[in-house]
Amino acid sequence: MCIKLSPTAQGNVTFHGLMNLSAHKWLTEWLRGLGRFTLLAAEAFRSLFAFKVTWRDLLYQMYFIGVKSQSVVLITGAFTGMVLAAQTYFQFHKVKMDTATLAVVGVSMCSELGPVLTGLMVAGRVGAAIAAEIGTMKVTEQIDALRTLATHPVDYLVVPRLLASHIVMPILTVEAIALGIGAGYVVGVQLLGIDPAYSWYNMLRYTATEDLVMGLIKAFIYGGIVAIIGCYKGMNCGEGAEGVGHATTEAVVYSSITILVTNFFLTLTLGKILHTL
Amino acid sequence: MIEVRDLKKSYGSNQVLNGVSFLIEKGESAVIIGRSGCGKSVLLKHMIGLLQPDAGRVLIAGEDITKMNERELIRVRQRFGMLFQGAALFDSLTVAENVAFAFRHNRSLAPGDVGRKVAEALEMVDLPGTEDKKASELSGGMKKRVGLARAIVYQPGIVLYDEPTTGLDPIVADSIDQLMMRVRDRLRVTTVVVTHDMRSARRVGQRILMLHDKKIYATGTPDEIFASADPVVRQFINGVSDSKDLNF
Repeated sequence: MCIKLSPTAQGNVTFHGLMNLSAHKWLTEWLRGLGRFTLLAAEAFRSLFAFKVTWRDLLYQMYFIGVKSQSVVLITGAFTGMVLAAQTYFQFHKVKMDTATLAVVGVSMCSELGPVLTGLMVAGRVGAAIAAEIGTMKVTEQIDALRTLATHPVDYLVVPRLLASHIVMPILTVEAIALGIGAGYVVGVQLLGIDPAYSWYNMLRYTATEDLVMGLIKAFIYGGIVAIIGCYKGMNCGEGAEGVGHATTEAVVYSSITILVTNFFLTLTLGKILHTL
Repeated sequence: MIEVRDLKKSYGSNQVLNGVSFLIEKGESAVIIGRSGCGKSVLLKHMIGLLQPDAGRVLIAGEDITKMNERELIRVRQRFGMLFQGAALFDSLTVAENVAFAFRHNRSLAPGDVGRKVAEALEMVDLPGTEDKKASELSGGMKKRVGLARAIVYQPGIVLYDEPTTGLDPIVADSIDQLMMRVRDRLRVTTVVVTHDMRSARRVGQRILMLHDKKIYATGTPDEIFASADPVVRQFINGVSDSKDLNF
């Protein structure tokens, strides 16, 4: 197949040639982006140990990422626990396993739904905000101003956000898990009439400490993912309002996808490690 | 003090600087003029290591900064203060926090000393008592003054100004000129100003360098530049457009 380019192009270019060129360009850009991201992550990691974060910056970020995300995370956790309890009950009721409902809610909330949904909600709220704030700072030359004031942008902008996000994500996840299980219990026991004693007993029996540990490790990692992708997108955003808009959208999309993909591998890896200990 | 040797910079296929060379002595006040988009700000940003050249060198007190990484540049940048075109104040901070920003990690200074230095710097730019205002509450001229206070508060040896009077009314622009001269004379700093405001260039500069066609096209004292018979220089000074410039 042959296609003709505009009169300014020299000669004919095959369709495959054009596709190869686009693929090559896309791959080069993707690899460049990955390289920049790796360098930023490495610089942030180095800076975590070498640079003293001021308490004020860290506390402000913990307040912004943690305290201000609570309502979103708590609502998500509660309704997820309620829906999970109802759906599990509807299926288990058919095989007379009603009292195992809360056990499913407990395991799912601790190891999967708690950390993943908290991560996704924080990615939507905080990842976007970080990308927008840092992106705006970039387009208004505030990041250049930081550099002229002998301050490394990673030290001032990335490290406090990264550290705060690592700290508050497990806390938010624990809140989501607790509320999810509590709401699931209310739905199961009060609304659907499951025996409370057996439900509670089964939940404690089947929900292992490893499930909670797995959830907390995941939450810690997702906190890092949300913060570092938000910072990366902000620091590498394009010019003007359009650039900031793209950076914000991409921060949410990439954080969410990374959390979902990482979750699969973490489940496999942590499952093997924690259950063999 | 600042030496630029054969500097080249391109953005994609668009070459902005092609072999720019000059030397600015310690304590000198140099003004770089040129048409909008000719690469003046790009050149200024190379002098403080905010941009990396494609080729050429930038030497600050004999030290080549083009080979330095971001961490090494921090040490060199402690000699610099810079006023940005849009002031680039940190909008989440107050005026006092903006001006005191350079002291954030300087543990040797007591909070009282920092407060005194901030007050002195704001006094110097004629904005006393504005410490608690937010950047968003300030007018364009006030933002530039606060930006200038932030650039000089730690008494750097070199101050760079990127279009300091652009977008300001003539009276505020005049006050910014006065401030630049005050800073130059009181602190005896090396000054580099990028502007296309010829009135400002004449008053602030001891030497004018004209950037044209990706190179330093003309250099001389303000009197020499203003007396130049060169058609390109004359056209810029007189602000006369070509007929081809009207095709917009």
